[in-house]
Amino acid sequence: MKLTTLRRDIVCQQAVELVTDYLEGTLSRRDTRRFEAHLEACDGCEEYLRQVRATIRVLGRIQPEDLAPETRQGLMELYRQFRED
Amino acid sequence: MGEGYRSEGGLRSLRRWRPRGTGPAARHRAGRAPYAAGVSDDDLVRRLRSGDESAFAEVVDAYHSSMVRLAQTFVSSRAVAEEVTQDTWLAVLKGIGRFEGRSSLKTWIFRILSNRARSTGVREQRTTPVDVSDEAAVNRRRFDAGGAWSDPPAHWSDEVVDRFSSGPLVAQVRAAISDLPESQRAVVTLRDLDGLSSKEVCDVLQISEVNQRVLLHRGRSRIRARLEDELAKR
Repeated sequence: MKLTTLRRDIVCQQAVELVTDYLEGTLSRRDTRRFEAHLEACDGCEEYLRQVRATIRVLGRIQPEDLAPETRQGLMELYRQFRED
Repeated sequence: MGEGYRSEGGLRSLRRWRPRGTGPAARHRAGRAPYAAGVSDDDLVRRLRSGDESAFAEVVDAYHSSMVRLAQTFVSSRAVAEEVTQDTWLAVLKGIGRFEGRSSLKTWIFRILSNRARSTGVREQRTTPVDVSDEAAVNRRRFDAGGAWSDPPAHWSDEVVDRFSSGPLVAQVRAAISDLPESQRAVVTLRDLDGLSSKEVCDVLQISEVNQRVLLHRGRSRIRARLEDELAKR
């Protein structure tokens, strides 16, 4: 969403679309100020940003499946075969 | 951000293989470099080129599980994902002599994997068209005509991380990830599950920074909405 076209304050529906740009640090300084000013005055959007942050934390806890010993063994055999050829 | 999910694994945990679930080797993440912090890829690449088997074991331990997870984004089954990952290891061994170090070794390996997984997905006719729809982060019905919340979010951000240690929520989030459109799933997996930087994700998936951000935004928004739905049920 292009904020540069907005002259007024951000509304909630716009703020939720700016969350990722905000977290990625890609908003301009001016838009960052506007975004933060909105959040200071808006409980709903403040909680929304916290929820996105919590979502990221939760996602970071999801582990891939363990490498099974037999898979690892198979890969090492593949390696030895490759070296022999 | 995530507690410790970007922490370094270090060499010690990678040197020796232990049976499943008995040591730190069982918890490898792609976010970890298979060598101590501060050591560049050079040493590892040199060892791989010289045929040092332990170097290969290190990269396998560090990346294999995350590679399979990423491959599953593009192909029809776990078995096919394992196959694609195995083929990728062969391609890595064959191509390591040509590795120029323009990206990190990890990024280079993951890029080979994502290219192979994608073309396998296409052959399986599984790949869905790139998602270009206009997608709102939050359902429009939750705002009034002026764009202010009419149905604001309930407060759960403080408790969700603690509640996440319980099984059912983990299963729901896993399901939410697999329900994402392919490109969103790939970006969310690499960024938020594996802890790659935005630049690394762009390198691996060969997409622009803007595209990466859009996909990340949509993917995270969907997962948040799913968490919201789940928590409302409890």
